[in-house]
Amino acid sequence: MNEQSPTAGISMHKPQLAPRNDSEINKQALTEKVSVKDVCFYYGEHKALKNISLPIYERKVTALIGPSGCGKSTLLRIFNRMYDLYPRQRAEGQILFDGSNILDPKRDLNLLRARIGMVFQKPTPFPMSIYDNIAFGIRLYERLPKSEMDDRVESALKRAALWDEVKSKLNQSGLGLSGGQQQRLCIARTIAVRPEVVLLDEPTSALDPIATAKVEELIYQLKNDYTIAIVTHNMQQAARVADYTAFMYLGELVEFGETRQVFTKPTKSRTEDYITGRFG
Amino acid sequence: MNMNLAIYRRRRIFNRAIMLLSWFAAVSGIFVLTLILGTLLYKGFGGLSWKVFSETTPPPGSDGGLLNAIYGSVVMTVLGTVIGTPIGMLAGTYMAEYGRGSKLTLLVRFINDILLSAPSIVVGLFVYEIMVVGMKHFSAWAGGVSLAFLVLPVVVRTTEDMLLLVPDSMREASAALGSPRWIVIMKVAYRAARAGMITGVLLAVARITGETAPLLFTALNNQFMSTNMNAPMANLPVVIFQFALSPYVDWQKLAWTGALLITITVLALNIGARALTSSRSKQS
Repeated sequence: MNEQSPTAGISMHKPQLAPRNDSEINKQALTEKVSVKDVCFYYGEHKALKNISLPIYERKVTALIGPSGCGKSTLLRIFNRMYDLYPRQRAEGQILFDGSNILDPKRDLNLLRARIGMVFQKPTPFPMSIYDNIAFGIRLYERLPKSEMDDRVESALKRAALWDEVKSKLNQSGLGLSGGQQQRLCIARTIAVRPEVVLLDEPTSALDPIATAKVEELIYQLKNDYTIAIVTHNMQQAARVADYTAFMYLGELVEFGETRQVFTKPTKSRTEDYITGRFG
Repeated sequence: MNMNLAIYRRRRIFNRAIMLLSWFAAVSGIFVLTLILGTLLYKGFGGLSWKVFSETTPPPGSDGGLLNAIYGSVVMTVLGTVIGTPIGMLAGTYMAEYGRGSKLTLLVRFINDILLSAPSIVVGLFVYEIMVVGMKHFSAWAGGVSLAFLVLPVVVRTTEDMLLLVPDSMREASAALGSPRWIVIMKVAYRAARAGMITGVLLAVARITGETAPLLFTALNNQFMSTNMNAPMANLPVVIFQFALSPYVDWQKLAWTGALLITITVLALNIGARALTSSRSKQS
């Protein structure tokens, strides 16, 4: 019920809260879900990331921005060790996720990726029905009776604001959906396994403005339950959806801070040059 | 505008000439093919009767059918496919999923390409050496194995090619949900490549259906109905070969009928394969 109208729920409860200012609320809630500590990354000999350190706060949206090739997608793909699929790619340093190091070579990557989900730039529905696309990830780690699985699929599709468009054709192929629907299907698939962190790698760059608005609205809703890191080329998007923004340039982290501060009062001149469109 | 119409006219004439040549080439190709199929239908259709499927190959001058040859062909084709397909699919899967770009993959692909274009008589001689000589007799087992050697390279090749067509983004998306490698391959990559892989198997079956040389050295032939896998076994290609070269008219007639049966089978397999591929391209 509340799921459908989160704003209604908030306005109902608001009067009961003792008045306090915004920044105080922020500070109280902040927990570092993921802490990047002095991370370097190499593609073969090429050093693509140089000593990156930043926090990803729990139940906040953190945006990674910067010009093409600055390493923002590379950084995102370290969080779930995606680079491990390929030879000659390696990371150094430490990334603490609830206190344990993601980069530990002994880490079980399948379990890690079940807890840190990822949505990619291009929608990647699997060649199976819409229902099975969502159930795929759930079935990996849970044995559910049919009715419970139905509920999980339905609630994932509802959270991804796709349910109304697909509820009558759950048995049809996911490949038959439009680009924007496919991307929301992929988001639904990712949140269906109930990860703790959701990584979004330019999730709207292949979508039209209306689909983009829907996905952004979705990101805004999702941060109530998930910790989100999003790579985007679109600075307006970062300003709209992110609580924190990291500006990267040539493999280095130039600036990290609250989004409002980074966009209105950047401390580094390179950040200012980029967000005012002087380069990039 | 300053157009040189002479150049344009010359191009048009040249275009017409090339078009005419292509048209002629296409028509002559189709004409020859029609001629072959027509002769086959004309000569083979007359011999088609229930007897072909219910009686065994006759001695010269008496009535009979092709039952033992059809049975042998089906058995050895199935055997060859059953042996060759899993090995080929596993090899192709290794090459596309695990050993992409590795030295072993390059070596296997190189050897596989040689095997793909190796004359089938060489394969027949090879199996003759390793099985028939050792066992001291021709056998249906040896026939099936020699056909498996022809299935193998086709399946390896199509499996690898089809898996390589599956975009890596699909594998990444699956891995990002926490799938172990084998689930990524079994549930996502195979699923995406399924139609192409089945097509490869169908084409391999079509290829071995008409192979004569490898069977000549391995299964030989058998006048009688035999289900003993350790003994020589009749099969359509070798029966056709033997009967067509014989001086007896009724044997020659049966050879035509056998040739028609093989052609229809291969045609059906090819149409099936094509239907599968086109349904796949419609889907994606």
